[in-house]
Amino acid sequence: MNERRNSFLAAPYLIWSIGFIIIPLIYILYFAFTDASGTFTVGNVSAIISYVNIRALMLSILFSIASTFICLLLAYPLCLILTTVTSSSSAFLSLIFILPMWMNSLLRTFAWQNILERKGVINGILLFLNLPPLYIINKPPAILLGMVYDFLPFMVLPIYNSVSRIDKDLINAGRDLGADYFQILKGIIWPLSLPGVISGITMVFVPSLTTFVISDILGGGKILLIGNVIEQLFTQDSDWNAGAGLSAILMIFIVFSMIITAKYDREDIS
Amino acid sequence: MANKLIDLQHITKSYGGNVVLDDLCLYIRENEFLTLLGPSGCGKTTTLRIIGGFETPDSGQVIFENRDISALPPNKREVNTVFQKYALFPHMTIAENIAFGLKIRKKPASYIKDKIKYALKLVNLDGFEDRMPDSLSGGQQQRIAIARAIVNEPKVLLLDEPLGALDLKLRQDMQYELISLKNELGITFIYVTHDQEEALTMSDTIVVMNQGYIQQIGSPVDIYNEPENAFVADFIGDSNILPGIMIRDELVEILGAKFDCVDKGFGENNPVDVVIRPEDIDLLGEGEGIIDGVVTDTIFKGVHYEMCVMSRGFEFIVHSTDYYPVDSKVGISVHPFDIQIMNKPESEDEKAVEINE
Repeated sequence: MNERRNSFLAAPYLIWSIGFIIIPLIYILYFAFTDASGTFTVGNVSAIISYVNIRALMLSILFSIASTFICLLLAYPLCLILTTVTSSSSAFLSLIFILPMWMNSLLRTFAWQNILERKGVINGILLFLNLPPLYIINKPPAILLGMVYDFLPFMVLPIYNSVSRIDKDLINAGRDLGADYFQILKGIIWPLSLPGVISGITMVFVPSLTTFVISDILGGGKILLIGNVIEQLFTQDSDWNAGAGLSAILMIFIVFSMIITAKYDREDIS
Repeated sequence: MANKLIDLQHITKSYGGNVVLDDLCLYIRENEFLTLLGPSGCGKTTTLRIIGGFETPDSGQVIFENRDISALPPNKREVNTVFQKYALFPHMTIAENIAFGLKIRKKPASYIKDKIKYALKLVNLDGFEDRMPDSLSGGQQQRIAIARAIVNEPKVLLLDEPLGALDLKLRQDMQYELISLKNELGITFIYVTHDQEEALTMSDTIVVMNQGYIQQIGSPVDIYNEPENAFVADFIGDSNILPGIMIRDELVEILGAKFDCVDKGFGENNPVDVVIRPEDIDLLGEGEGIIDGVVTDTIFKGVHYEMCVMSRGFEFIVHSTDYYPVDSKVGISVHPFDIQIMNKPESEDEKAVEINE
């Protein structure tokens, strides 16, 4: 009786995951390994070996690693501060950092384009102060900035969750046993917050690897990431087979990165 | 007992206008087992946290071996704490937990290894080095918390309701273990509890606290037999607290009857509070005691019967190994030295009246 009710409750999720996750995945794999006429080929997948595609993939990975690293560097100290201040100011502070998530990401990215433009907000201020202008729009730093700004909340939330869950008595016990703040950070807080750090890394690394909007808008179409290559194959060339082939390759990289982080996670905890 | 090891001078602490400790003065001697006893919110844990360095007093000084350590952070103090909920590091093995403080002090590896072995033996958990904390029972975790604290050879061990989460039998066993542990180590224990039985069993000195004030300091025997006020009498064990009138030295009137007692110096015809412990009341045949009463309730408690005896409008609690059925008429008698006289607590109203006069 109970089991039947459980499976009844699970039905919507089952339908959802079959209809919107498993079938599309099968379709992607089908397109990836067939050509326009429907015959089997590995050409779409092996297309990754071209100079342009490899370059785009490597660039994507570099950008993802850099943005993940910067997000972690910014988010971790922030979360430490958030957990030490009183609960009311911590709620306010975390709201400020989560607030950008309420806005459309496209809008945020366009805003950064406006700020960074040759005649944008920043250069207006610099010009007013008689300082040399800053030309980073359409260059790698602009894309990196866009990624960090867009994905920082995804790093902050899981880390804040794991740090704030650490029992205050554990910190007190560390102090009681003679540890100063950095010894407590290294020996107690950091290892206990690792699960949050790992999920933060995954949640920033994966969207950074696949984004094409940020590189499109802040890179001015001059810097091709693997996301842009795939997007162009679908929208400009209408070559679904080639696009699916590269998407499949990208998925392998994502699964690979998740396996590495999960393994690292388990090793450090036990 | 030797010198003052810790001296708390005029400690005041409040949280957001709520005064938790008010001008608390207390000293702790070397090698003493001192218990801070009181209901929740009495300030006992705050006192312990001030000694440990986790709280800073608003005013007053913490003197440790003649040195003011009020501003010293916990990691610089020669005291270690056993936390109520053990606070073992969940990501470390038992050995790593115990070694934590020693590694911070950069002790050599062989020394640390010996210390871990010694400490585990001391708490009867040999061979637990490689276990993880969450694979241990509550009692075992508590022992590890003690082991982790004592390997650092603190001069004072602070224990914050360490047995609170254990079941009754284990709690009683641990009391004996803590006493022998303290004798073995020869250091000072400061123990916080709301359990009067724990306090009476283990302590050299008990400090009874209520609402931020010390109510009485004394040995377990003093505290139990000669409570200084109704709060202490009521908090330490069951007791019958009655209003009385001190007719003269060594004679008190209770419920209209005259009882011999041994207390002096309470004036003549002065209202007082009288404490009689349930086990100090002797039940006799009707008319054979000082006053008569009727048994209204009897409960078998194992070692003794707990009976309620109604007499002249007051319900006495009586512990006796003799059984009297409900409705039996009995005589009540008390030995003079079992009657404890206390001054009535001065209420704010009385003080106000005095000032107006």
